[in-house]
Amino acid sequence: MEHPTAGHANSGHGLRSYLIGFVLAVILTAIPFYVVITHALPPQSTMVVIGVTAILQILVHLRFFLHLNFTSTPKENLLAIVFAAVLIFIMVGGSFWIMFDLHTRMAV
Amino acid sequence: MSAAVTTHESEAAEAHEQRAFGFWLYLMGDAVIFALLFATYVIMVDNTAGGPAGKALFSLPNAAIETALLLVSSTTFGFASLSSKTGNRGAVLAWLLLTFVLGAGFVFLELREFAGLIKAGAGPDRSGFLSAFFTLVGTHGLHVSVGLTWILIMSGQVMLKGLSVPVTSRLFRLGLFWHFLDIAWVGIFSIVYLPGLL
Amino acid sequence: MFGRLTIEALPLYSAIAAGGAAVTVGGALLVAIAITWLGAWRYLWTDWLTSVDHKRIGVMYIVLALIMLLRGFVDAIMMRAQQAMALNSGGYLPPEHFDQIFSSHGTIMIFFMAMPFMTGLINIIVPLQIGTRDVAFPFLNSLSLWLTAAGAGLVMVSLVIGKFSTAGWTGYPPYSGAEANPGVGVDYWIWAILISGVGSTLSGINFVVTILKRRAPGLTLMRMTPFTWTALCASVLMAFAFPALTVACGLLALDRLFGMHFFTNAHGGNMMNYPNLFWIWGHPEVYILILPAFGIFSEVVSTFSKKRLFGYESLVYATAAIAILSFTVWLHHFFTMGSSPNVNAFFGITTMVIAVPTGVKVFNWLLTMYRGRIDFHPSMMWTIGFMVTFVIGGMTGVLLAIPSADFLMHNTTFLVAHFHNMIIPGVLFGYLAGYMYWFPKAFGFALDRKWGLASFWCWMIGFYLAFMPLYLLGFKGMPRRMEQYNDPSWQPYLMVAASGAALILVGIACMVMQLYVSVRDRRKTADVTGDPFDGRTLEWATASPPPAYNFAVLPEIRDREPLLDMKERGVTFQRPAAYEDIHMPKNSAVGVVMGGLAFVLGFAVIWHIWWLVAACGLAMWIVLIARSSDDESEFRITAAEVKQIEDARFRALASQTTSRT
Repeated sequence: MEHPTAGHANSGHGLRSYLIGFVLAVILTAIPFYVVITHALPPQSTMVVIGVTAILQILVHLRFFLHLNFTSTPKENLLAIVFAAVLIFIMVGGSFWIMFDLHTRMAV
Repeated sequence: MSAAVTTHESEAAEAHEQRAFGFWLYLMGDAVIFALLFATYVIMVDNTAGGPAGKALFSLPNAAIETALLLVSSTTFGFASLSSKTGNRGAVLAWLLLTFVLGAGFVFLELREFAGLIKAGAGPDRSGFLSAFFTLVGTHGLHVSVGLTWILIMSGQVMLKGLSVPVTSRLFRLGLFWHFLDIAWVGIFSIVYLPGLL
Repeated sequence: MFGRLTIEALPLYSAIAAGGAAVTVGGALLVAIAITWLGAWRYLWTDWLTSVDHKRIGVMYIVLALIMLLRGFVDAIMMRAQQAMALNSGGYLPPEHFDQIFSSHGTIMIFFMAMPFMTGLINIIVPLQIGTRDVAFPFLNSLSLWLTAAGAGLVMVSLVIGKFSTAGWTGYPPYSGAEANPGVGVDYWIWAILISGVGSTLSGINFVVTILKRRAPGLTLMRMTPFTWTALCASVLMAFAFPALTVACGLLALDRLFGMHFFTNAHGGNMMNYPNLFWIWGHPEVYILILPAFGIFSEVVSTFSKKRLFGYESLVYATAAIAILSFTVWLHHFFTMGSSPNVNAFFGITTMVIAVPTGVKVFNWLLTMYRGRIDFHPSMMWTIGFMVTFVIGGMTGVLLAIPSADFLMHNTTFLVAHFHNMIIPGVLFGYLAGYMYWFPKAFGFALDRKWGLASFWCWMIGFYLAFMPLYLLGFKGMPRRMEQYNDPSWQPYLMVAASGAALILVGIACMVMQLYVSVRDRRKTADVTGDPFDGRTLEWATASPPPAYNFAVLPEIRDREPLLDMKERGVTFQRPAAYEDIHMPKNSAVGVVMGGLAFVLGFAVIWHIWWLVAACGLAMWIVLIARSSDDESEFRITAAEVKQIEDARFRALASQTTSRT
């Protein structure tokens, strides 16, 4: 995480970071939109493309816009986001498992 | 005397660090809220109750323009952050203004989409699917609106107080918030709009 | 103009409800008159309500908790009396009223008794134990308190204007939906919880930052006291679990307000998703409440056995393990929903797994006592009472973790007995132990031991009388929440249970007496050392009550038991060479004002008074913006003032030593 009072931050490096992030995000957005518009792939594979590009794009945002990395980001912040990711996985994954299992049992 | 000044400065730096961490934790909690709204949406996406499904309702161009507006606004906010580091007050204000305009454009498009759906009889009370859709996308839109107000307030503070330590510290947290909203939007177009139009 | 609020809202439908309203209004008036008579409004406003001092905020939290404990207990004893009487008859409570009582009992005890009690104890003690001058966000702390109070206020107001929910403390749809329950009751429940839930989330964030970022020099994570560790884990859970409650209740509110279909029966609603979301929060909540109590037991056991805590590391790791595992068991609250055997088996097994780290802790405490020189202070008695009783509750919990057994016992009084068996000894006994242990730290004089022990025995025996019969009734198949019944073989058990509730009432009376006697004799029992129990941890190193800045000089920590370490090195009560200026946060009325506005906002939403909703929302927004633009939130205590306060303390210490010798 960057420090606003640290005046010695290299602004050139910061500018490059935002621009790289922007370009990567544009590419990672264009791919799934393109695949959906053109129906270039069967639905199953399209979903995979959407999922993979979304995860990649989130990582790009975290790295280039929120400037998360393993050197300058405080340990607590990284720990918090990893913990949040684990919990979100448990909560969302668990909800899907429980609710879709129930759906199958009730509907079929 | 100089020792007292350094302690005061280090106290300010500590305060900033604590606030940044606290705000980060708030964002993680907010991420849990979004995650559960996403989960609820996916669980309810087929519960159209005989009403229209996403395919008939969503517009890909609209979603694409919204995506573009938010992504560009995230970048312009980044430029505002960079300008605040170099102490260029005019540039900060200009970039904040541009970010505001882009964000406002996003909210306008979303409200127009919502109004169109409601007019077509596909409001949030039509089906479980539409309740989940309006709540998920609307919660994000509400966050963006809060962010817009916050941008206005910070522009006022930059104008009146200059780029003082507390102001840049707040600007930093606003940046976290704004970039976070863009991440939530990546989730929305990847889970709501694109699969809905497949 | 007033939405759906009409004169019909007054509780004139039953004499008992009208009586409850009269007591509420009368009590509030009486307090107001007493404050006016004492001329204490200004003092109350400047020194307490607007204070951002963590110690005062903590005391206010606990006052709120004790008041709500009384309210929640009145509900409990009314239910026990009703069930003792209601064989083949309506008893004395109409069903509508009985349903409100069990709903408000659960809601109050969890959200407005246990949560504020815990937050209060953490507020008072954790900053002292980690050697800091205040929490990371003192204003936010005040805001959290007043949001919690606003929620509690809504529950209390429902006694006078309108009715409370009849849907139980969990508010399952579709019964809690607009179709089955069009009145205001469920709305009172939702908004009380949503508003106080925001406060709890903010408290959680505040204490995570405080504990991770503001520890005294040398205080590494593995030197933190067990209470600080458990407070940290509970705060993490608060910050991450409460959003799930916000989602569950928020979606229910959308269903009710805007006719949406998240949990409705028709139009594609999915009512099973509600228990799912609710218990994603609900199970971690159990550990939010119980972990800090485990921390208190650890401190108490160590102090009153005069021994270092046995197996500190294992206790810390067990706490952290519980914090994560608590997110993996939520389905055991609804095994009977109809999931397939795989799903139920998974959550059954995780439930049994989470009992393991909890079991580890019981051995930690037992082995700390082993060969210790035990002082049977009331706090120690609560702890021993807890260990014996809690293990029984744990056994019945593992029994319920078996899905096939749960199918038989679900929704019976066996379940009611089980969770009271966890929460009364595990949570309440812990907080009461903490209350009696740390009271002298907060006020400078100790609580009376005799009345404390009397209270303990009444609670302890009362608990067994009240809940062991419910286990048996559960085996006999009695469903929970019955307003009346026609099986004569149940009545004797219910009468025993009612007698247990009566004995607990005596226990509460003993607590009131204890407080009265202790305040009366406060000069005799005053403690100027700040260390009445020969403590081992840092909170006992400063004065009682501590000065606003807690520590004149921030201590350097070298050991897990810093005060004991100082005592062994002979460096307690040493005056520093010089004092420095100290920056402290200014008092702020914004917290109280925001709490008040949140209360009115909640009330307006409940009664559909939309203009008032808009007005309050706008006012809150403006107040918040004004506060967030304020750069001058601190003031300075000069070195000379610090010296004056510290000198006074050392003079008192010296005079006490001479008068003793």
